Parts: sequence; C-alpha cells; structure tokens
Amino acid sequence: MSEPVINGVPVTGVPGDVPTTDVAARRAVPLAVDQAADQVGEPAVVESVAAARGPLALETVGLDKVFKLGRGQVVHAVRNVSFGLYKGAVVALVGESGSGKSTVAKLLAGQERPSGGQISLDGQPIDIHGSRAFRRYKNQVQYVFQDPFGSLNPVHTVGYHLTRPVKLHQPGNKDVSGTVTALLEQVRLTPADQYVGKYPHELSGGQRQRVSFARALAAKPFVLLADEPVSMLDVSIRLEMLNLLEDLTTRLSLALLYITHDIASARYFADEVLVMYGGQIVERGPAEDVTQRPSHPYTQLLIASAPDPDNLGSVLKSANAGNVKKVGTVGPAIIGCPFSSRCPLADDKCKRENPALQLLSPERAAACWHLEAATSLYAGGTR
Amino acid sequence: MSPILEISDLSVAYRTPDGDVRAVEQVNLTLNAGEVVGLCGESGSGKSTLAYGATRLLRPPAVVTSGSVRYTGRRITQGGDPVDLLTMGQHELRAMRWREIAIVFQSAMNALNPVLRIQDQLLDAVHAHLNLPRHEAREKVASLLDLVGIPRSRLRSYPHELSGGMRQRVMIAMALAADPEVVIMDEPTTALDVVVQRDILAQIVELKETLGFAVLFITHDLSLLLELADRIAVMYAGRLLETGSSRDIMRATAHPYTVGLLNSFPSLHGPRRILAGIPGSPPDLRNPSPGCPFVPRCTHAVAACKEVDMSLAPVSGSVGAAHHLTACPIVTPQVSQEGVLS
Repeated sequence: MSEPVINGVPVTGVPGDVPTTDVAARRAVPLAVDQAADQVGEPAVVESVAAARGPLALETVGLDKVFKLGRGQVVHAVRNVSFGLYKGAVVALVGESGSGKSTVAKLLAGQERPSGGQISLDGQPIDIHGSRAFRRYKNQVQYVFQDPFGSLNPVHTVGYHLTRPVKLHQPGNKDVSGTVTALLEQVRLTPADQYVGKYPHELSGGQRQRVSFARALAAKPFVLLADEPVSMLDVSIRLEMLNLLEDLTTRLSLALLYITHDIASARYFADEVLVMYGGQIVERGPAEDVTQRPSHPYTQLLIASAPDPDNLGSVLKSANAGNVKKVGTVGPAIIGCPFSSRCPLADDKCKRENPALQLLSPERAAACWHLEAATSLYAGGTR
Repeated sequence: MSPILEISDLSVAYRTPDGDVRAVEQVNLTLNAGEVVGLCGESGSGKSTLAYGATRLLRPPAVVTSGSVRYTGRRITQGGDPVDLLTMGQHELRAMRWREIAIVFQSAMNALNPVLRIQDQLLDAVHAHLNLPRHEAREKVASLLDLVGIPRSRLRSYPHELSGGMRQRVMIAMALAADPEVVIMDEPTTALDVVVQRDILAQIVELKETLGFAVLFITHDLSLLLELADRIAVMYAGRLLETGSSRDIMRATAHPYTVGLLNSFPSLHGPRRILAGIPGSPPDLRNPSPGCPFVPRCTHAVAACKEVDMSLAPVSGSVGAAHHLTACPIVTPQVSQEGVLS
C-alpha cells in the first residue's frame, strides 16, 4: 500500500512535520486508507461505574462520523464510540482539541447525523432528523455551549432567553414567568426578578453561563451535554460552576456528559472518565482510578501536562520531552493506533494495527498494544 | 539580581461619562533581569491594563494618572541614564519598543493577519525595528522560526494552516525578533489545551535561559504560575494584594484572596476534596469602597478591613519575609494555612 498523502505530501514521514494541522484536515485521508484503519478485535464491553448512580438514560453503540471533504477524502472524526449516560451521574469526555469530543456531543444533540452506530434514549433507538419524535428527543437532551459570550443573543434579555424555550418545550405551561423565576433560582441567580430584565452585557461570564444552564433546563431535559462549560471562565469561578452542575445533576437526576480538556476537573466531579484521542475512546474507567493509575500512554501524557502546583519552582519540563517523544502538536497517525506517532512505546505493530478497547477490570478498559509496558513505565517513570 | 523595570506608584484610570474607572491603583512592581514574574488575577482585575499602561500602549479613555516606570536595561546602562517610559518622547519610545520591551499579546492566535504569510508578517516586524539588508532580514526570520521549533518550510504558510500552538509560537518568535530584554506575555496559553500549553511554557523557559530576557507573565491561572514563575504578584481590583516567591505564595499564603485562588483549581493528586473557588464577583471600580476591595467576598473580614491603607507590608513569620509582601494585616499565614492545598 502506498503512503497516505495529504495535499501532495506523504504523511508517514517525520512525525514533527505533519503538513496539515488544521483540525479538520488532520485526519483527512483517502477513503481506501481509512478502511485499513479499522480497529483490530472487538472492543471490550465495560460495566460503567456511572450505572451505580441511576438508570441508563442515553446510550450510544458504535457511534461513527465521517465528514466527506470531496475528491474522495474523508475525515473520520468519530470512530466506534460506545458509552452510556446514567441519571444522576457525571460522565466526563476528556481529550485535546481535535480529538472528536465535541463531534460526539453534536451527534448526541442531533446537530449532526451519525454515519454509523446507534443512539438510544431510555432504551428507544432514535432516528435523528426533523420528525416529531426528534422534537421530543430534543426536549430531553439539551446542550450547553462553551462560550457564554457568544451563545446568548446580545439584543435580548435574560427573560427572553428563558421564556422562549419554556413556551416551545412546555406548551401546556400556564405560568411561564413563574417557571422562568424557578429556573433562575435553580441556577442560583437570585433574586430572580433582578436578572429577568438584564441584557447579556450586564452580566459577568459566570452569570451568563448560569443563564445558559437555565436555558438548557427550561426544556426539562434529563440528559445535559455540557461542552467545555467552564473553559472560557476565570479560574476562580470555574469551581462554583462545576459545583452547581454537580448539584443540578444530583437534584434533578440529570445524566450529564461533561466535555473538557482539563482532566483534573474531570477527576473533581465525574463518576466515569472517557479519554478520547483521534476520534476513538482510548481509555475509560472510574474517574479516580483513571487519573491515579492511567494505563494508556496518552492519558499519562494528559496527566503529566496538567499544571502541578506541587512541582514548585522546579525547572518546567515539557511532559512531551521526557518519556514521551516531543513532536509538538501534530495530528494523529492515520493508520494503526492514532497515538502511535507521539507514543514512546510505539512499534511496528502500533503503526500497522489499531487496537480496540481491552478490559483491564470489569469497569475499566484501554486501547493499547503495550498496556503492561505502559503501566510499568508510568509507575517507574514521571512520578 | 539587578532590577531592569521598576514600576512605581502607577495608577491608570479609564475616563467614562459616569466617572473614572480606576483600573490600576498605586501599583509597585519590579522586574529583575532574567526573571519570570507572574501577574495573576481575575478578569477585570487590571493586570493587562497595568502592563499596557507601563509600556504606554493604552489609548484614551485610558489615562495614566500617576507613577513612573524606570527602565534600566542593558542598552541604556551601556551608555546613558535610566529612563522613565512614561515621560519619554514618541521617538525614543519607538526605539525602545521591540528592541528593549516586546509584548506577546492576548489571544495571539488571532493577532496574526489571516491574509499574509507568516514570513511577511515576521519580515514586517524585523524591518520596522531592525535595520537589516533584505537577505539578512530573511535569514533572521528563518532563524526565529528555528528558535521556536517550527520547520522553515512553514514560512510560506498562512496562519489558518497552522495549529493554535504553532500560531502561538510564531507570536513568541515575533516578539523575540529584536532580542528584547523584557518580554511581556499576556495570557499566552489561555486558549490552548494542556499538552500544548506545557510544551509552550517549557519552550518559553528554555528561550529565557538561552537568551536571558525577563518575562512578565500575565494569566488568571495561578496553578501555572506556581510552576513557571520565580516571583508572583496577585492583583485584585486594580491593586496588588500579595507578592512573593512561588514558594512563599504556595506554602505561606498570606492574603485570603490568594488562598481563594489556590483553592480554585482541583488537584490531580491527593484526596478528592470539595472546593469552593471564590464566591461573589469583583467590585465595581467606578466607586470603590474605602479599605480592602476584597472585603465583600472575604471570609476573614473584620470592621478594620474597611480602613486598611492597602500598602504592602512584609509578612510576619514568612521565610522570605523581606520579599514576601501582603496588603492584608488581618490574616497571618498560620491562619490561612488550613485552606492551602498541600
């Protein structure tokens, strides 16, 4: 097989110099090559720890999304992703920019149609298009956007932003203004009547994000998809937001998907962590377990990269420089394991064959050909 | 270590029809040669205004109402007296910029012109501030990209063809074009994810070691600064609340606001704990209340806090007492210790 080519440049050359770094074009590959990248082996079925919190709300099996770029080139943004969201539980989807985590959320929210796989809500398979059933689905699955500055309309008041979804999604509701007040109180914007008439520019970033939460709750959903809900906010108010989200999750028995690139915040309040890289889930398991004993080399890199206040005054080391090859921010490899171009353990097999998730324990799995070596590398390595 | 940039008593106000917004109030901050000083605070705390005010980059309605910024850098000391950036003529100021003091602007990802190639944008900076013949300028630009680890083949790329991390590196390369002695970095890694962020920070430290410039690093993320900075200044509502070495700030935190900041990011190690961040929001700077601006959000506040004069005083009992200063006379490090992450 010839080398895959992007914009006329072969891709399997020096890993540090992948020609396109545009997120979409990164995984752009000719269709024929892409088919060779299918995972080897059946992905393991994991018993989610989140299931202990409540019944299954939303489930996806084998979710796939291929974007066609034309000229026979495709971007395989999401590949064979399966997981469940449970009522009252927080599942965190962790990964860096371009790993496909937002695409997963968009597929679940119905903003994009999956190319393959199944989404089911409360056990009912969902066909995502503009039918009445889909309107019902949207009632129940709501999305919170990352940017509280861009997701509220600057010419409308807080009251307008909340009244509209209440009228749309709760048509029989006679007491709209009472519902709006209750929503504002739910997200702790009190006294509520003070906020109803305000415009977005009169609110701080944190207050705006609270309005976004309230707007999502207006449809009375039981699944909430939060795409980086705190990353645009100041560090000092992030925790307040996470605490609020956790509180809402428990109190309203919501199934929350929390998407982030900050694995420390995932540890802070998620039950289960799914680590995504190159469109695939590379590791999953209980939040505490995954963050304290990461198995996949990518999870290890993520954890080593997080700012560490205990590392006081020492010379700052690049997490990539030590055990993990330093290749900067290049995109994933195209055939074989997506992480193989950056992985210190990668060998020929990794470059050829893409591993599927393998069980480590009933509730934990990772997709790597060298799990034993990776685990011992971490134990005797960076920390 | 010798000081090269001494900001003393600097105040900046934004003139508005409803009165002055006093964004920076009587700030004293010294940057020593070859040092990384972290300036940390929430949005609206005045950290960017401080940096831009000190380098005369603010436009009306912003006005520098008092203070001086003494620069005693290498080229000045070689032949001349220290200069005050705030009273300098436009001509001298232009000569100072880039050669002596360079800035990596906030959201550098969007600071590049989308319709010009990287090469042309770097050449622009080189031509404007260095007097080099054409071929040497080209060579200079290429070597700048080497410096930040971007292959020379990317010279002919447009910004959209580069990843966020690479664009950020180009901005850093551009700031280093004239071999400055002070580099001000305003939230240089805020929009990047953690792996790239760490790469870039490590690179900044490496470049600093080789080229010997001093860095004023502005961010809202204290956890970054603890690892990166030699000294940290914590800013709130236009004032400095605490300054000290990273170690002092972390181990002997003196100001309740700093304690709050330290409790604002979840840790990856140790037991999982419920953290609260800092409830409430910053005060309105148009009509500041007397005394400490943090009083409404402070859990330790007493009546006397409304009369504190907000000057920095050495922290009693701290190891680095002479250099560890706080504006809070009420709380001693021993009291705040329990709130600090261990």
